[in-house]
Amino acid sequence: MTVSAPVVPAAAGIIAIKNLVKQFGRFAALRGVDAEFEAGKFHVILGDNGAGKTTLLRALAGLAHPTRGTISILDKNPHDACREIGYMAHPSLLYDEMSGLENLRYFARLYDISGDERCKQVIRAVGLDPELSRPVGKYSQGMRQRMSLARAILHDPKILLLDEPFSNVDVHSAREMVGLLKGMRDAGKTIFVVTHQAALLEGVADEFVWMQAGQIVERTSHLAPELPNSNPPRAVEP
Amino acid sequence: MKKAFPILVVLTTILLGYAFYQALWVAPTDSLQGDVYRIIYYHVPSAWTAFLLFFINFIASVQYLANAKPSTKRAARWVVIVIGVIGAVAPFIPQVKQQLPTGMYPSSVATTVLIIAGLYFVIGKYFPGQSLDLLAVTSAEVGVVFCTIVLITGPIWARPVWGIWWAPGDIRLTSTLVLWLIYVSYLVLRRFSDSAQTQKLAAVLAVFGALDVPLVYFSIWFFRTQHPQPVIGGGGSMDPRMLHVLLISWMAFLCFAFLVCWSRYGLEKLRREVEEAEALESLLEPGGPTTQTSQSKVPLSRSPQ
Amino acid sequence: MRLFWSITLATLTKDIRLEWRSKDALNAMLFFSLLVVVIFVFSFDPLAEESRHIVGGLVWIAFLFAAMVALNQTWARELRNQVLDGYRVSPAPATALFVAKVLGNFLLVSLLEALMAPLFVIFYNLRVLGPAWQLIPVALLGTWALVVNGTFFAAMSLRTRSRELMLPLLLFPVSIPAVIGMVAATTSILTGDDPAHFYIVLLLTYDVVFTTACLALFETVLQAE
Repeated sequence: MTVSAPVVPAAAGIIAIKNLVKQFGRFAALRGVDAEFEAGKFHVILGDNGAGKTTLLRALAGLAHPTRGTISILDKNPHDACREIGYMAHPSLLYDEMSGLENLRYFARLYDISGDERCKQVIRAVGLDPELSRPVGKYSQGMRQRMSLARAILHDPKILLLDEPFSNVDVHSAREMVGLLKGMRDAGKTIFVVTHQAALLEGVADEFVWMQAGQIVERTSHLAPELPNSNPPRAVEP
Repeated sequence: MKKAFPILVVLTTILLGYAFYQALWVAPTDSLQGDVYRIIYYHVPSAWTAFLLFFINFIASVQYLANAKPSTKRAARWVVIVIGVIGAVAPFIPQVKQQLPTGMYPSSVATTVLIIAGLYFVIGKYFPGQSLDLLAVTSAEVGVVFCTIVLITGPIWARPVWGIWWAPGDIRLTSTLVLWLIYVSYLVLRRFSDSAQTQKLAAVLAVFGALDVPLVYFSIWFFRTQHPQPVIGGGGSMDPRMLHVLLISWMAFLCFAFLVCWSRYGLEKLRREVEEAEALESLLEPGGPTTQTSQSKVPLSRSPQ
Repeated sequence: MRLFWSITLATLTKDIRLEWRSKDALNAMLFFSLLVVVIFVFSFDPLAEESRHIVGGLVWIAFLFAAMVALNQTWARELRNQVLDGYRVSPAPATALFVAKVLGNFLLVSLLEALMAPLFVIFYNLRVLGPAWQLIPVALLGTWALVVNGTFFAAMSLRTRSRELMLPLLLFPVSIPAVIGMVAATTSILTGDDPAHFYIVLLLTYDVVFTTACLALFETVLQAE
């Protein structure tokens, strides 16, 4: 791909995206995203299917390499900043055949965290029982989402990137997860959430970022009144 | 540049016609093989052209991979410079000189190595960034075509002369066949790849292929080539008049290959520009991504959208 | 370095554990290997003297088939739930994952070979005329050659359409010198006509060259999306 772009220096504690374009063959997912996000805030990314939300999140996580443009996370490129980033994808990123604790133990090795203490701690933090011996494949959807979140926060990252954390989760569990995220924001973490259930986050999130057709079209601090059907408040200028 | 193309087309046509005339009427008949041997005026130039193109593909691929990071880019340059210096000096050291096969002069070895090292920098200068990959794909495609000609004309010649279509243990036949297989798999990979990093994957495969060729060569070398060695181009054993025709023919083939590469390169470049424009537009189409599911819009096999 | 091996070991034990919990794949592979041997026995029914000359080729082709099935499974597990992305976002080195996968496949393919080799000996009434101990380095080096590149290209074919088909298309052309080496070495040991040293050296060179290349380039392949 492109020569790995020199990181554009940005003020400390900021996530800066400059003219980000991501192209997959004959289709583009992002076409020129320009944005700076403040650290320590709760950002919610909204938009229709195909607006580029997931791709933006994957680019921030270092999983999708920009076709053009640069991303700077705390003055590093995403891959170098991987210790500071916790990524929760739509799929669980867990092995179905292993129990939750076994899964986390493995991922803890990848981050050079030794001992079970931390693993058990995060499992309790998301409201699950670390002694549960059932394999993750037999978990309910809500439990799996929580375990997936536990995996993302295992190494105590400064930035959390969450893709649809509340999908297929009952309202009660979703509210619990929102409370958990709020607590983490209050503890100084930067949180990005891609979701269709924006209403859940009204009053919790600091900022709502609207995406359409691969660009950011609007950033607001509150949801517009007609929303949860999540239409951007303003049409995109071509 | 645009004007040069038709001129080159005319020149190449004339040259190919002249080479054809020379090969069939001017070149003397071989005392042992008769007129059958004349196929070498197509066989050998195709082979040399194919090898040259594969080599260009290799250099472009290595450079494409090396350019991914500034550190590897610098390192690769130094490695090439070191190879160039060693290659230019080493053949003149008496101990090394003795090791060279007869008919191979130290000066020619040194020149070859220097040209190879120089080629790296020339290609790097004129094909920056993504155009390195364009060069790689162009040279591989055209190289496969010429290599196919080699593999077809070879057996046609071998049947009347050796009495067999194919000699499985022969070093040149087998290495050429393996080379062809590797580059076909290279093109298959490019065609089948879903990745946004197809270029990198292809470059990796090209490097593997290049590492493979010497090993193929040595593995068969141990069998010791079973057919008469100096059939083609075996230093000096060829009638100078034949060599003359052969070189003319090669010139014609090189021009032809260059011409094909040129237009293929331009076409591929255009195709990518169109693709990029389409990609950016695809998001803006009325009733585009908003009405369709994301899966159908973005052909990501396993990455979610 | 300590970290590297600890991640490699963790990945390897994780893979073995998963393999053990879903024994289906392993059993199917063992049965497949058995079938390959039986099919070969039905297809070629030579005299003892002839068999020495052709069995080197047959054995390795059979191993190649069995290895192909095993190699195609390697990354399938990492694709489910996109666990591979979990590895890609972590700071763990790509090569640690690669080494773990190669070691795992090496164990698996060696197991399949250990099952198939005696069957060949029984069905073909083989008696080795050359130095039989040399078959061990040939088997180890040959298996490593198949597995190291196989694992690499299996990872590469993850990024293609019809990936199970792509693996042999990518692997076979590059493996030709290794296949020549294994077959020729095995044949010369079985017949005792020629020394096999050259081929063992060839296999060793092949292994060193391609292991180095795989380690150097695996990160590029893993990080491709």
